[in-house]
Amino acid sequence: MSAVTNSANSRPKWRTSAGVRLLFRERPIIPLLALLALLVVLSEVIRPGIVSANWAGVMIRAAIPLAILAGCQTITMLTAGIDLSVGAVASMSGFLVATLVGDYGLVVAVVIALVVSALVGLVTGVGVGIFRVHPLIMTLGMSLVVLGLANVWQIQKVQTGAGVPEEFRTLGAGMYFDVVPISLLVFLPLAALIIFGLNRTGYGRLLYAIGDNPIASRLSGVKSWQVLMILYVIAAVLAGIAGFLISGLNNTASVTLADTAVLPSVAAAVIGGTSILGGRGNFGGTIIGALILTVISSILSSLGYPEAVRQILYGSIIVFVAAAYTRITLEA
Amino acid sequence: MSTTIDTPDTMVSSPTGAVATAMRRYAWTLGLIGILAILLVFTKIIQPSYGLTGIQGLAISVLPLALAAVAQAVAVIARGIDLSVGSMMALTSVVAAALMEDRSEGYAILVVIGVLLLGLLLGAVNGSLIVVTRVPDIVVTLAMLFVWAGCALLVLKTPGGGSAEWLRGLTKGSLITPFIPKAALVLFLVVGAIWLPIRRSRLGLSLYAIGSAPLAAYRSGISVARTKIIAYMLTGLFSALAGLSLTASTGIGIPVPGPYTLMSVAAVVLGGVSLAGGRGGVFGPVIAVVILSLIRTDMTFMNVNTNMATVAQGLILVGVVMIGSLIQLRRDR
Repeated sequence: MSAVTNSANSRPKWRTSAGVRLLFRERPIIPLLALLALLVVLSEVIRPGIVSANWAGVMIRAAIPLAILAGCQTITMLTAGIDLSVGAVASMSGFLVATLVGDYGLVVAVVIALVVSALVGLVTGVGVGIFRVHPLIMTLGMSLVVLGLANVWQIQKVQTGAGVPEEFRTLGAGMYFDVVPISLLVFLPLAALIIFGLNRTGYGRLLYAIGDNPIASRLSGVKSWQVLMILYVIAAVLAGIAGFLISGLNNTASVTLADTAVLPSVAAAVIGGTSILGGRGNFGGTIIGALILTVISSILSSLGYPEAVRQILYGSIIVFVAAAYTRITLEA
Repeated sequence: MSTTIDTPDTMVSSPTGAVATAMRRYAWTLGLIGILAILLVFTKIIQPSYGLTGIQGLAISVLPLALAAVAQAVAVIARGIDLSVGSMMALTSVVAAALMEDRSEGYAILVVIGVLLLGLLLGAVNGSLIVVTRVPDIVVTLAMLFVWAGCALLVLKTPGGGSAEWLRGLTKGSLITPFIPKAALVLFLVVGAIWLPIRRSRLGLSLYAIGSAPLAAYRSGISVARTKIIAYMLTGLFSALAGLSLTASTGIGIPVPGPYTLMSVAAVVLGGVSLAGGRGGVFGPVIAVVILSLIRTDMTFMNVNTNMATVAQGLILVGVVMIGSLIQLRRDR
């Protein structure tokens, strides 16, 4: 008797929770958007009147470079990799442009910065793809190399002392009518390209395939070394572009400018539902993840807590969100 | 190094075979010791005045990173990774410095014991979160990096505090003969006293087992969750020791994490510990730390830009790992 009532009671419950899980697994972006909305409401409750069109613009503007760097993490994590060199590459590319623009003009400086970024990515890709070095180690080593070389360049170039070009400042920090960040001009096409590339091209499918089951993908004839080499070049170029926006947003260029964004970029990708173990995730979730992190740090700073408490809360929230996410999606 | 690996045919049950087996087993560490010897000779050649004071300085300067590398090695052997090592060092270091300031020498002993317990606690939190939430190690410890760094800032807002004299004296100078720097002695005693007994015990075997094959370990009756938490507790303990060595060498506590986390990962890999877990030991990483530090010293002697030393460290890291995986690839074939 009791068994019957038990099963009768538990069945609908089980169904709904399974439904929620299915929703989370198939459309992770919906609960993430709900969390984002909750955080926006929370911002308004804590500081009434703070949420406005201008506030939204500022949030988006701050989230865009983070979202691009988190995009590097997303595409590399799909193949069970990671790119810890994004900070060094982004700083380096912004710094290169700032030092070269005076002598060679903006276009040449940008092209040089992007080519150097691509070369760094190529070396990383050779290490990961051909020599099978663990991506964590390879990108860590490359970030040391890039940082050291950038420092050497800094000493060579210290006399010329050019600044961040005006165009970058407009692009990184400017807003139309105080609402729409101009950096969307860079970000929207980039995001569209990444999402299209991941979902609609053969190359994107290969990334998922390699991460999901490397042996099966090899047996079906995927040359994973080629895929990985191209992947890390793409990631490095994306990091280079993010570097332009970061140097424009902060109106400075230094060789360590973007270093603090590396770990948040990993966190944004994880919160956005990308599995660090490979094979699962998409860039849409990552963008929301970057927005969530930006709003969280804005809430934390508007609360007036000291830096210490902010860091503690920031870390705790990352664990909590990742844990909730794992619990819902893995325990079926 | 490669010759010992490339001759598996020598594995026969004779005395020479036993030596060959041992050589094969410790090939990586022996290779590192060889590189270290070559580097020391090289240092002496380019800088004839490099002698005992140089070696003592080297021992003192590598102590925090060497302990951090040991901490990282334990986590990696158990198929984990702890990105919060640097933050835990900062936290334990400022706690020690804040509590020891203007206190008696005897009270400092209590502080040191308390800080070591704190290290175990921090590691237990890391490990439990990983086990309970089932979130990948790298993500949890990445988040805890922020938490512990924030806690360190709560304890001390700016660098400050103090250190007991006996703690400071523990790493300075040398013992018995000038050939034995105290810092090196402390390192070997501490690591030997904690790691060797564990390594030889059931627990040590479990750590390697969950590192090389968690499922097989589980089926042989090892509690994977408990062993993992213990692994992270050991990582926390060694991080606390590293933090104490920071306080001992500087005399104060600095609430900002140094570059220790990523360098410890680098040292662990150079030291022959596989990131896939279950392979390697703690002495390889320690030697790797000494090598990295000596290379930096040599480059200063040769008047090379210190930034090129950073480049060299990165290239060595990448290069050595590439060679290692090439050897592995050839063996797999």
